[in-house]
Amino acid sequence: MYVAVKGGERAIENAHAWLAEERRGDTGVAELNIAQIREQLSFAVNRVMAEGSLYDPDLAALAIKQSGGDLIEAIFLIRAYRTTLPRFGASEPIDTGTMACDRRISATFKDLPGGQVLGPTFDYTHRLLDFKLAADGAVPEAPMREVAPADVPHVTEFLNQEGLIEEAPRDDTEPPDLTREPLEMPAERALRLQALARSDEGFTLGLAYSTQRGYGRTHAFVGELRMGAVTVEMDIPELGFAVDIGEITLTECETVNQFKGSKTEPPQFTRGYGLVFGHSERKAISMSLVDRALRWEELGEDNVGAPAQDAEFVLYHADNIQATGFLEHIKLPHYVDFQAELELVRKLRAEAGATQMQEAAE
Amino acid sequence: MNEYNFAYLDEQTKRMIRRAILKGLAIPGYQVPFASREMPMPYGWGTGGVQVSAAVLTPEDRFKVIDQGADDTTNAVSIRSFFERTAGVETTTATAEATVIQTRHRIPEEPLSEGQILVYQVPIPEPLRFLEPRESETRKMHELEEYGLMHVKLYEDISRHGHIATSYAYPVKVEDRYVMDPSPIPKFDNPKLGDSDAIQLFGAGREQRIYALPPHTQVVSLDFDDHPFEASKADHPCALCGAVNTYLDEVITDDAGGRMFVCSDTDYCESRRAAGFTGAMTHTRPFSMAEQGQS
Repeated sequence: MYVAVKGGERAIENAHAWLAEERRGDTGVAELNIAQIREQLSFAVNRVMAEGSLYDPDLAALAIKQSGGDLIEAIFLIRAYRTTLPRFGASEPIDTGTMACDRRISATFKDLPGGQVLGPTFDYTHRLLDFKLAADGAVPEAPMREVAPADVPHVTEFLNQEGLIEEAPRDDTEPPDLTREPLEMPAERALRLQALARSDEGFTLGLAYSTQRGYGRTHAFVGELRMGAVTVEMDIPELGFAVDIGEITLTECETVNQFKGSKTEPPQFTRGYGLVFGHSERKAISMSLVDRALRWEELGEDNVGAPAQDAEFVLYHADNIQATGFLEHIKLPHYVDFQAELELVRKLRAEAGATQMQEAAE
Repeated sequence: MNEYNFAYLDEQTKRMIRRAILKGLAIPGYQVPFASREMPMPYGWGTGGVQVSAAVLTPEDRFKVIDQGADDTTNAVSIRSFFERTAGVETTTATAEATVIQTRHRIPEEPLSEGQILVYQVPIPEPLRFLEPRESETRKMHELEEYGLMHVKLYEDISRHGHIATSYAYPVKVEDRYVMDPSPIPKFDNPKLGDSDAIQLFGAGREQRIYALPPHTQVVSLDFDDHPFEASKADHPCALCGAVNTYLDEVITDDAGGRMFVCSDTDYCESRRAAGFTGAMTHTRPFSMAEQGQS
């Protein structure tokens, strides 16, 4: 017996109540608090801040708690919140040259002014499950040493002095804003970088990896990877000068790419750039590789048809909130369209059947 | 939810969307890029329609939401309650009483009237997208009115299947200028697009496009002289209200091939039943395939 599909409202409420219960899990186990997530799951927090395009570790931690650890869901919560915030103004461009680096490495020079600073890294850890951690999370204090504050110049500057790397002249034109203007093609580099900064880490990683395996190879070296805190300054019109409004942690990657020259450019090294909120090296390196691959046109290189060279392909598919929404919307009812398809297939089959019968009769 | 502005979006954003709507109304069928915002529901779940509705709603409006023609499908329920919470507008399921109707995949059976606004949720606004994946190319094709590719596609359908094998999201030409995607409505609904008394607005959130049909716009479904457009539906009457001219959902009733056909527009079906119309199911006899085959 057909029962009209009623009660959608109650079903939704009940489903959400059940989800809330699932999220909490066994109430015999202590509940996570925001500070625990912020302090102990900081890489998850960083990813949510970067792809959510909002630098706020507490809100990111809340989103992770609310989403039960589904990071794309957490990013979505942050994006939806971010879009309601009033915009007071824009900060001055940050200067990563003045970064208080916790980590700074170069893969192109053995030693260099400012030094190689390994900092907190997963690199060179042996990926062995630490069963002690399951019982007791106490860690011995890491050794410390006073360091005199010193300039940590960008590695690419050394190459620039010799003219071996393409110029990257300062450009004071106001960058486009992806969150306030519709994305339109062709996209200039500032817009592409903006899209990549919030793009899905997995998608960006996959694209970057594909360039390494030959789909638009760019011969990237990590000229420099640095991570640390920079101050954010904002010009206050009433004061007439810029003041520090806070400090954010960033990861910056500059790749140095081999370049044999083209019709328009002499042989020299070229640049790829990645900059991400928080400590997020995988994303920063991926971003710089994809950035470099997307620059084929302005450098006069050939388009070999690689996915990472295709700005429309990359930019229209890199946003995981857009992607997951559209992907998952096929869970919604489609019976009207499916019904139309059913009728069409039945009609075509009936006609094909009739033709066959006729052919057999003849 | 006092912490949010009326209808959720801030006034600046609504102004930006209204500008896009006005531009769309001025150039019927043209896709206007707009700076779509992240909404608290996912992309692909009606964010374009929700933003358009938010931009046109006033506190005096009466709002109706349908999905697949029904007011009580889960996503319609979710969007309706969103505006109940954020705009506090009155809601209704009666098509004639609504001033703004947001829809996914259907146009109500009851003809719309002057003063009503029909807001469509659009997944892929570009009718040429599956023929040419590049936005930069398809925009050029619209600029140059270069729609040959679409006609070739329809022609290939006919040569291969004997019919145009598009049953929903069937492309239309607006005022003899722009080829437009009517959103994934069944082609049965296409004739209702043209010469409507109501304003029709189309919002695609993820794709950041708005387009529109002002009242009494000429809208023609693409076809050929020897293969004219045909608005098709399941060849049955509604099992609940007996209507023979409505779009039907097919409902599987048992595991032995039993099925029934009922109006997809639930409000239309309910008002007919309230007026005393009956169908095969609302008689007391059990319903069978044999009987249905006769109808």
